[in-house]
Amino acid sequence: MSTFWSWWVIAIFAITLVGVCWILFANRSVVLREKPKDGEPPKTGHVYDGIEEYDNPLPGWWFQSFVATVVFAVVYVLLYPGLGNLPGALGWTSGGQWLVQEKRADERFEATYANFKDQSIEELALDPAAFKIGRRLFGNNCAACHGSDGGGGYGFPDLTDDDWLYGGSAAAIQASITHGRRGTMPGWAAIIGEDGVATVTEYLLKISAREHDDSQAGKGEQVFTTYCASCHGVDGRGNQALGAPNLTDDVWLYGRSPELIKTTIRGGRQGLMPAQGEQLREGKIRLLASYVYSLSRQ
Amino acid sequence: MTAPQTDKAPASDEHHVLYLYETRRKIYARRFVGFFRKLKKRSGVPLLLGYFLLPWIQVDGRQAVWFNLPERQFHIFWVTFWPQDFMLLAWLLIIAAFALFTVTVLVGRVWCGFSCPQTVWTMMFMGAEHFFEGGRNRRIKLDLAPWSFDKVWRKGGKHLTWLLIALATGFTFVAYFNPARQLAAQFLTFSADPAAVFWTLLFCGTTYLNAGYLREQVCKYMCPYARFQSVMFDRDTLIVSYDSARGEPRGARKKDSDHRAAGLGDCVDCGLCVQVCPVGIDIRDGLQSECISCGLCIDACDAIMDKMEYPRHLISFTTENKLQKGATRILRPRLVGYGIALVLMLSLFAYALLTRTPVELDVVRDRALLYRETARGLVDNIYTLRISNMDSRDHHYQITVRGDYDFKFIGDNPVRVGAGEVFLHVIRLRLDPGFLESATSDVIFAINAADDARIADREESRFIGPFRR
Repeated sequence: MSTFWSWWVIAIFAITLVGVCWILFANRSVVLREKPKDGEPPKTGHVYDGIEEYDNPLPGWWFQSFVATVVFAVVYVLLYPGLGNLPGALGWTSGGQWLVQEKRADERFEATYANFKDQSIEELALDPAAFKIGRRLFGNNCAACHGSDGGGGYGFPDLTDDDWLYGGSAAAIQASITHGRRGTMPGWAAIIGEDGVATVTEYLLKISAREHDDSQAGKGEQVFTTYCASCHGVDGRGNQALGAPNLTDDVWLYGRSPELIKTTIRGGRQGLMPAQGEQLREGKIRLLASYVYSLSRQ
Repeated sequence: MTAPQTDKAPASDEHHVLYLYETRRKIYARRFVGFFRKLKKRSGVPLLLGYFLLPWIQVDGRQAVWFNLPERQFHIFWVTFWPQDFMLLAWLLIIAAFALFTVTVLVGRVWCGFSCPQTVWTMMFMGAEHFFEGGRNRRIKLDLAPWSFDKVWRKGGKHLTWLLIALATGFTFVAYFNPARQLAAQFLTFSADPAAVFWTLLFCGTTYLNAGYLREQVCKYMCPYARFQSVMFDRDTLIVSYDSARGEPRGARKKDSDHRAAGLGDCVDCGLCVQVCPVGIDIRDGLQSECISCGLCIDACDAIMDKMEYPRHLISFTTENKLQKGATRILRPRLVGYGIALVLMLSLFAYALLTRTPVELDVVRDRALLYRETARGLVDNIYTLRISNMDSRDHHYQITVRGDYDFKFIGDNPVRVGAGEVFLHVIRLRLDPGFLESATSDVIFAINAADDARIADREESRFIGPFRR
């Protein structure tokens, strides 16, 4: 808030406060136009369908409770932020409150995760209690991309099969979740040309045992050995240290049709698994890793 | 806001000022034992006992009535309700409303006079007041007297008793949400949760203020019910009323004098009906919004009538028509209408309660992915089945799927769900897209407990696949 708006808010608060006090104190009594008849209670003069409204007094503590709300308002804006840019005496912020609550929640749930800290991830994968917690964590944190069953989707790897981009050991899964992964496949259209894209595609269909054109695949093999083998390996079985996928199986992250494979080679692909280490921390990640580990072993 | 010139009153006695706030006049109600006072005690004491003792009753190894908020489970004796059952609570409240309407049309504000917590707790507090400070006149005298040892111990004893009752009330209230046995142990060892301490003290404070100080002001200024009840009154509703035709003109007289000859009615103007009134009104002024129908003035007046050897019921529970025309009609359309509505709601509630199945199935279709095509060109849809076992036993649930096509079900079936557990079960339905006749089709999931056919639920969802014309 700029200085002007800060003062604007303060002024509105002050004017409202004074106005409220004036209404309250100036209206404790009214001067009647005419003397009420003896023994008859005063009336407001409002008549509805012949029914008149009495002007009965309110209890005294009602007035005091109005005063109390005014006092509360003043104390409140002095303690908490509210008057323009003034921070308030308690130094309260919504961000600070969130941190406190997060810490409290962590302390509360730490006991649950502590129960599992002596078991290895491989052992946890066999523990039904860990499995149930892991499934909930997966549903809340992973299912949006990988699907509720972990089966993945277009651009998001299937976690239930035995094909791993970065390795399927418990340690590798834990590392993938904690630090995230960034898969980079450069685009080759400018270097190998449209002809190269077409022949390499035929070669890929060949090594993954699908229907292909043998003569084209032969040309493609040369292109593959020159440009692709450095990451995907001479045999096309990929390299888990780089996250380069195995091209000899029938798992295609960005579509298995020849057209989609060509698109991938032409323009390249960028894959991103965000790092979860900061948000989830070790206790939860170990349970998640054990859950994912168990998925591929069912 | 400025008044016209002509209305400005001169600064003299002609200055008619109306004060919009008044200081409360303390009511010193006289204790007078009679039929209605005993009735009030007989309705109030069981209610109080129920309130204070219920949290100590155990059933199935847990507190019988326990509203477990953190786990969202509401135990009422042998039944456990879940948030899904809140419909029943809404129905219960509607039933309570209709019961109130019916009772009010018939017998007026008896709820206020005999069973409202405000009345019952005030009765208890007045009892303590009477025990320490004595009757009406002694209390008035004590308040006027200067501070002395006698005044200090009487007042102190009263406030201490009030505080103890209030503390027990607050503790009991919290005990409905936090098991009483644990809570008591925690309080005794000073290890109670700050939230429990806060609520106990809050309800202690409000009880002390409400029953000790605010009393009839709660009914007069705060209670909406006290106000809207009069809408249900008609001329055949039982209300506490003074028979002015018989009583007026009121006046003092000697016991055996012929007051009729002296032109006097039956009211001896002793003022006892005003002195016993807990809300401080004069019932002889007619029906008033403050009157809580407690009938204490009837007790007082009947005793005086007996003493004067006049017939009773100068003040009585009667109807306007009875007083004016001598006859009253009980069965009237309004009462019959409320009665029918009440019976109808009660039967529906009983039906809903008896046919309630302790299981619920929710089906959540994966939204991130419409469908997934497998390497062999088949189409998968992913569903998360949320099975809430609201029973007190574990069950195995058999899942069945019905739809337009013969889906392949991939996932565990049946599944075991523990008592009180919400189980998330991820499954897939698989289909050859060649069979699809449209892009979406309805699928019905049903679950049945293997050991009890009545425990079953079903839920509809959608199957989505590529439909190529």
